[in-house]
Amino acid sequence: MSADTPLLKEAGSRADRAADRAELIRFENVTKRFGSNTVLDRLDFSVDAGKHVTLIGPSGSGKTTILRLLMTLTKPDEGTITVGGQRLFPASDKQCREVRKNIGMVFQQFNLFPNMKVLRNITEAPVTVLGLSKDEAEARARELLDMVGLADKCDSYPTQLSGGQQQRVAIARALAMRPQVLLLDEVTSALDPELVAGVLDLLRDIARTTDITMLCVTHEMNFARDISDQVLMFDSGQVIESGSPEKIFGEPEHERTREFLGAVL
Amino acid sequence: MNWDWNAVVDFLPHFRDGLIVTLQALALGSVVSFALGLVWALLVRTPTRWVSWPVGVFTEFVRNTPLLVQLFFLFYVLPEWGLTFSALTTGVFAIGLHYSTYTMQVYRAGIEAVPAGQWEAATALNLPLRRTWTVVILPQAVRRVVPALGNYVISMLKDTPILMVITVPEMLGEARLYAQETFRFTEPLTVIGVAFIVISYLASVLLRTLERRLVR
Repeated sequence: MSADTPLLKEAGSRADRAADRAELIRFENVTKRFGSNTVLDRLDFSVDAGKHVTLIGPSGSGKTTILRLLMTLTKPDEGTITVGGQRLFPASDKQCREVRKNIGMVFQQFNLFPNMKVLRNITEAPVTVLGLSKDEAEARARELLDMVGLADKCDSYPTQLSGGQQQRVAIARALAMRPQVLLLDEVTSALDPELVAGVLDLLRDIARTTDITMLCVTHEMNFARDISDQVLMFDSGQVIESGSPEKIFGEPEHERTREFLGAVL
Repeated sequence: MNWDWNAVVDFLPHFRDGLIVTLQALALGSVVSFALGLVWALLVRTPTRWVSWPVGVFTEFVRNTPLLVQLFFLFYVLPEWGLTFSALTTGVFAIGLHYSTYTMQVYRAGIEAVPAGQWEAATALNLPLRRTWTVVILPQAVRRVVPALGNYVISMLKDTPILMVITVPEMLGEARLYAQETFRFTEPLTVIGVAFIVISYLASVLLRTLERRLVR
């Protein structure tokens, strides 16, 4: 596996610098409502640079909303969110864009651009946003495609790929922006069971070989146990318990955590 | 029924002139309606109400008044304000404007049909808004709307004879002129009727080919 390519080491080195400040992401007093439904209720939590954090909890408990807030796909009603000491909310659009540069996201439904070939899906943002030359961006994209095991699919359109392959392209696309933070939103939920392992193995490799901070919403508890440094258990818009995977999966303190794990494991 | 092939042959040079004008009006009218429709569709989506509201009212007005009235207005009223254009230019603009208020709806539906996930992926990659529109959203939206736009091209074709009333010498105008001079109606009207069918058919074949190439 070529997962420890220079490219990824370089991607990681950015996170290394950020590791000087231990705390990378901070939510303070964040409230998010959808109509009368309060999804996040004065939530406080922080994530240290380079950590792999898994958010677990029953559906509707606000896990995905946290990722969407960080990606600025939605805005909180109250509270502040900072990334690397810089405000993400409240902040001007310009500031938002600036902070957002450090964050990448992989979606449940892949969300590749169907009108572009695989290679262009990956090079589009590095060229337009980071200002890379087309050649540089393509070299980087080919390296990443090689890493995700799809070097031969450069000229395919997304719809010609299986779900697992599309998701691996989506991961490559996110990594091409060399984010400090990678948000993974139930990235295997839409996949056929036999395709899940390939994607999870890839993410394990990335977690092992880079220092990218990962925030991961997943129902794959074994995967969560494998890659996480920290597991946050959510319920009703609050973190009700957090700790190492050994603690959360081994000896959960909270009654709700025990119930939840009893139901999913 | 007295059908005279000589009258057909006699009419053909006039028919050719009319055909060229009809095709010109159709092609240019289509271009105007496609372009203006896209402009309207984007403007009504702007968050600024000072833009979206007047555009909404104007296009609603144009869509709900008859093309013939608009044609007369543009042809007879605009010159009073010092704006004089040739009959063909006025006709092309009138048809294009009128149909742009329909194509705008088509574009809107196409834009709304692009999944929210595409916008989200563009945000996650930090693509600028303009770039998101031009390389992600519009290419996907336009692809979806080609069949619907094509139907309006055929509608426009069937509306081109209206241009006769402002003296544009398209096919029906030529046929009527010929009929008035020779008192023969059957042959010229039959010839242009067949021509309309043939053009519609060719246009739909062309569109289906385009559709097959675009839809992926």
